Amino acid sequence: MATTAVETGPDFYHEPSARKGLRGWIFSTDHKRIGILYGVTMMVFFTVAVIIGLLIRLELLYPGKTIVDPQTYNTFFTLHGIMMIFLFIIPGLPAVFGNFLLPIMIGAKDVFFPRLNLLSWWLFLAGGVLALVSLALPGGPADTGWTFYVPYSVRTTTNVLPALMAAFILGFSSILTGLNFITTIHRMRAPGMDWFRMPLFTWSLYATGWIQILATPIIGITLLLVAIERWFGVGIFDPALGGDPVLYQHLFWIYSHPAVYIMVLPGLGVVSEILPVFARRTIFGYKFIAYSSLAIAFIGSLVWAHHMFTVGMSDTGMFIFSFLTFLVSIPSAIKVFNWIATLYKGSIDPDVPLLYVLSMIVQFCIGGFTGLLLGTLAVNIHVQDTYFVVGHFHYVMFGGTGFALFAALHYWFPKMFGRMYAKRPAIVAWLLATIGFNLLYFPMFFLGYLGMPRRYYDYLPEYTIYHQISTVGSWVLALGLLVMVVNLIVALRKGAKASANPWGSKTLEWTVASPPPMENFHEIPVVTKGPYDYSEYERPHETK
Amino acid sequence: MFEGSSPFSDYVDTTFLLISGVSLLVLVGLLVAMVAFVIRYSRKRNPHPTNIEGNIPLEITWTVIPLILFMGMFYLGWKGYLMQAAIPENALPLKVTGQMWKWTFEYPNGVTTDTLRVPVNAPVKLDLRSIDVNHSFYIPAFRIKKDVIPNRGNQMWFTVNKVAAYDIACAEYCGLNHAYMYTKVIAKDTAAFEAWYADMSAKQSKSYTPLTAATNTK
Repeated sequence: MATTAVETGPDFYHEPSARKGLRGWIFSTDHKRIGILYGVTMMVFFTVAVIIGLLIRLELLYPGKTIVDPQTYNTFFTLHGIMMIFLFIIPGLPAVFGNFLLPIMIGAKDVFFPRLNLLSWWLFLAGGVLALVSLALPGGPADTGWTFYVPYSVRTTTNVLPALMAAFILGFSSILTGLNFITTIHRMRAPGMDWFRMPLFTWSLYATGWIQILATPIIGITLLLVAIERWFGVGIFDPALGGDPVLYQHLFWIYSHPAVYIMVLPGLGVVSEILPVFARRTIFGYKFIAYSSLAIAFIGSLVWAHHMFTVGMSDTGMFIFSFLTFLVSIPSAIKVFNWIATLYKGSIDPDVPLLYVLSMIVQFCIGGFTGLLLGTLAVNIHVQDTYFVVGHFHYVMFGGTGFALFAALHYWFPKMFGRMYAKRPAIVAWLLATIGFNLLYFPMFFLGYLGMPRRYYDYLPEYTIYHQISTVGSWVLALGLLVMVVNLIVALRKGAKASANPWGSKTLEWTVASPPPMENFHEIPVVTKGPYDYSEYERPHETK
Repeated sequence: MFEGSSPFSDYVDTTFLLISGVSLLVLVGLLVAMVAFVIRYSRKRNPHPTNIEGNIPLEITWTVIPLILFMGMFYLGWKGYLMQAAIPENALPLKVTGQMWKWTFEYPNGVTTDTLRVPVNAPVKLDLRSIDVNHSFYIPAFRIKKDVIPNRGNQMWFTVNKVAAYDIACAEYCGLNHAYMYTKVIAKDTAAFEAWYADMSAKQSKSYTPLTAATNTK
């Protein structure tokens, strides 16, 4: 890519013209500050959700009551789901890393709508706070599961409406981010940065942006309909008023299935970004990876009812939704094959970000294969709504997106904070996290196939051993996360100063200082090459 | 795990094992390739990378082969589903009511019970209804499940091959005691079933007519 001298001068943390103190952050329209704001806010929600997750696993250590009563347990898994999905994994990669990096990666000074960008963080904060407030209101936290299925969500006396309102507001935050990214990518690419010179992470954010814009309004409309039904007694979903509960499920999944791709696509982009750097060679099949993101976004919008194969759909519905589900696996498979091929004849340095990526690829594959089993109608009917689904979902979301997020964190950490973390503890954390993760979630496939339904406070004695392995896994994983976070926090304060380009990467964000200056580039770079040009490392006689 | 307690369970288990087997094979292949590349092309062993931009025939291969495999899997799933969707006409019709947090079963003459007793080797059809929230009627051993939704008349059917008792669970979250909405389906041989049915009919003062004979003559 373009070679520019590293700029000198204050970085964006020490910009003299910025407002001082907290106001300099919460009213800043700088995309990097907004990215960091999201990061800090999300870490809070993530920590709470992880702790709740650990409590769920602890409760399941033995059959019967272990630590909490059933009502508390039901609110636990509801909160764990709502927080992890709406407050962590949906905004996770786009809002933190996308905001921080997207403009720099395409050679822009900021996003196209900086003020909207700030508004979207405020909406995110408002939604998050509302979700937390709903816990404290009389009536108690919602106990419906994160899916809010009608009619249970209409009948429960817990605070469902505030939680729905929170999701509604968070939806707008997501729409604004998507809108901003799409516009930025269309309008603000540096001279010479044509579509196929864009880094693949930006491609994945582009595909994600379209889903955010097109699918998120559906959940907004659905939640409004729920509110109208509650306030005015119009029968839409509630069977007691003559409504149709299955309609609710359709509308919910028309958003929430594409939302799964909002969660996973940026993670796939991160993998495509990191592999070439540590293999020190160009990505294999750039266009196939780029287009497969768009294909996933498109086909992924048409498969929602595969969450509903047991509701009693028409045969035609079953046929189409199962068929499309298999179809959407193809672009994901294409990505995986291209990733593995990118390692072929590379010059590989298995540093921390790559280690997380390798774990991610394997776990994402296991998530994908179990997804094929779930797409198979005859098998789906048996394992639908069992631990098999819980295992599958966590393999894709946590084993896939979560590990991609950890990889992104370790890859871009020196760029974002200008300091380097210690490598040894980071590798220990990776090993613990990988072992713990698989111990935690793999037994769930057995539990599911043996017939243990999900969202169960208690279980039959024959399932005990699987639950205990899983709970032990949750401790190993938690230890890994703890080592990772402590190592990074220590690095923030005491880490060695990072150079502008510690990994030898070729994308534009590594041409500016670490951390970047306020408007990224004093002079907008001119791009003359693709994003992963490592030809300089080839054996001399092999270069063209 | 594989009791073969109903015709579906054999089919589902076979399909599951087949797809899992293929998946495992591919997964191991990918894992071996990945680890081998990382070792073989480590920076020490291979300081100079080769920049391969891509390979169209390879891209086509790894698009078409998964496509064929996936279509095969789709077909297996679809075929199994059709089997479960086609309810035999002579099936013994029973009514199931789901409510927070118990199941009630009703026989043609109005006898109601809280466990489901059925004759072995005879198809049984269940009319599912809920009087409150969504539930899901799940018999893990038979590999079948159907949601029980208010205002929606879902149906399912099965045949039991072996005289035994099997768990029935609720698989759609329905509140406080969702995890305790277990009951049993008890398969008896025809004579024992009829004896039980006659006895229950007398106890609940309902008129008794043999169910299995009626289904067999149809």
